Amino acid sequence: MAAESPLAGFRTLLYKEVLRFWKVSFQTVAAPVLNALLFLLIFSHVLDRHVTVYGEVAYTSFLVPGLVMMSVLQNAFANSSSSLIQSKITGNIIFVLLPPLSYREFYAAYVIASILRGLMVGAGVLAVSAAFVVVPMAHPLWVLGFAVLGGAILGSLGVIAGIWAEKFDQLAAFQNFLIMPLTMLSGVFYSIHSLPRFWQDVSHFNPFFFMIDGFRYGFFGQSDTSPWLSLGVVGLCFVLLAALTLAMLARGYKLRS
Amino acid sequence: MSTPAIRIQGVSKHYGSLKALGGVDLEVGQGEFFGLLGPNGAGKTTLISALSGLVRPDSGTLAIMGHDVVADYRNARRNLGVVPQELVFDPFFSVRELLRIQSGYFGIRSNDDWIDEILASLDLTHKASANMRMLSGGMKRRVLVAQALVHRPPVIVLDEPTAGVDVELRQGLWQFIRKLNRDGHTIVLTTHYLEEAEALCGRIAMLKAGRIVALDTTANLLRRFATHSLSVRLEHPARGVELGGSAGEGGWVDFAFDSYGEVETLLARLREGGAGLVEMRLGEPDLERVFVEVMNRA
Ligand SMILES: Nc1ncnc2c1ncn2[C@@H]1O[C@H](COP(=O)(O)OP(=O)(O)OP(=O)(O)O)[C@@H](O)[C@H]1O
Ligand SMILES: [Mg+2]
Repeated sequence: MAAESPLAGFRTLLYKEVLRFWKVSFQTVAAPVLNALLFLLIFSHVLDRHVTVYGEVAYTSFLVPGLVMMSVLQNAFANSSSSLIQSKITGNIIFVLLPPLSYREFYAAYVIASILRGLMVGAGVLAVSAAFVVVPMAHPLWVLGFAVLGGAILGSLGVIAGIWAEKFDQLAAFQNFLIMPLTMLSGVFYSIHSLPRFWQDVSHFNPFFFMIDGFRYGFFGQSDTSPWLSLGVVGLCFVLLAALTLAMLARGYKLRS
Repeated sequence: MSTPAIRIQGVSKHYGSLKALGGVDLEVGQGEFFGLLGPNGAGKTTLISALSGLVRPDSGTLAIMGHDVVADYRNARRNLGVVPQELVFDPFFSVRELLRIQSGYFGIRSNDDWIDEILASLDLTHKASANMRMLSGGMKRRVLVAQALVHRPPVIVLDEPTAGVDVELRQGLWQFIRKLNRDGHTIVLTTHYLEEAEALCGRIAMLKAGRIVALDTTANLLRRFATHSLSVRLEHPARGVELGGSAGEGGWVDFAFDSYGEVETLLARLREGGAGLVEMRLGEPDLERVFVEVMNRA
């Protein structure tokens, strides 16, 4: 038998998950970039002349990081959730359940593939936007850090949803009633300082707000709340979610009956 | 004594109130060609799933080559190749991509020589770069066999591998599996084609409603349960029926008996009765009769 290397199983699963979306990248990368671009064109056309944020930042510039992060989050979620539910429904999930992969390797592969797809789409949206709008990037490491953490959180949620859902409409419900509202109400399209006091307070219970706010800090060097607070909240969220997902996988919930 | 290839102790599994497995004990030795038979819903697939870690039993333990399938799952799974009953495939990949990926899951980096060998043995070489969607049902099933073999597992379990495979390929597949068995692989097979099981398996377990109701060598099962049969064509079939035969078509009458000694007596009585023997043939015991008998008794 050829030599076995540790983690080779994990690397293969990661490779397969990346190949899976890359083979249909027109649909999994190009389409979401176009989507975000349409948002940008419409909103900037309607609002740019009327609104500025943080004093002097043009609304379109302000909007770009929000759209980028929204793309990262949505695509990270879509990647793990759709891969898992498809594998479960077609039955080919057994090909990853029969080999000697640990549940940790399983988790890491699905989540990292999700992060990669999120980053690819995010980078695409950013690159295309930069052709139309001037987007500063004050702290690239903060940008990257929040993108990765946000992708990891949504990738984990995708694993949970993909394993929990038995039909595509259950997955759609998860997306429409949880992911979408939390994203839309997180300040993708606005600074929460433009909200009434009550809604500002409510926003502070939405972890997505901290993801986007911290991400935006990386671009403008300013944000609605301290980036360190955002990092703490987002980091804690990830740790809790990872623990939950790993516990689910360890028990074999809905995978090993 | 060497470690058994498969050791199953007191395994039971319920789905709600349905008892899919009710305390199964079974050992399969290394190098055996073993048959797991039973009617639909007997629990064959459930037992195989418990072996492969897809199903967690309510109680009992299972081990592959001495490795517990839960506590030492990595080694247990490395030693096991499973061909699933359901025709599942991943539509994103070609046959070769799929086999490379499957090798990778088992930690094997460059496996192309062995993959080529498997593809050739399963007559899939010309489909190596075809997408899985483009294959016929029988070809997909052969890819499932190939996938189970990428890591050269010493223990190979095939859950109805010949369902939907044409005659020629079925022969080819059995030749290949026999060769694997000769090379030392332990083979466990479920099938509803009992002639196949009879021809291939050295030992057989019969499962009914989650319990093993017969477990013996194929030869012993045939000897123990099956009755031989004698069919005679008579000028006066009614005479034969009077002697306890059952009438068939065209003047044929069938008699069942347990030992060849009874044939002599029977023929003598037919002559005395003036039945007029025209033609006769002896029926060998076959597994199908054994199966029916065992299921009825259990
Ligand atoms: N996931 C499940 N949930 C509920 N019941 C199940 C499940 N899987 C199997 N069963 C039940 O367990 C019993 C045994 O099923 P199993 O698939 O092991 O039978 P089998 O011997 O493989 O039959 P076949 O020859 O039809 O393949 C059946 O009554 C089946 O309905
Ligand atoms: Mg079955």
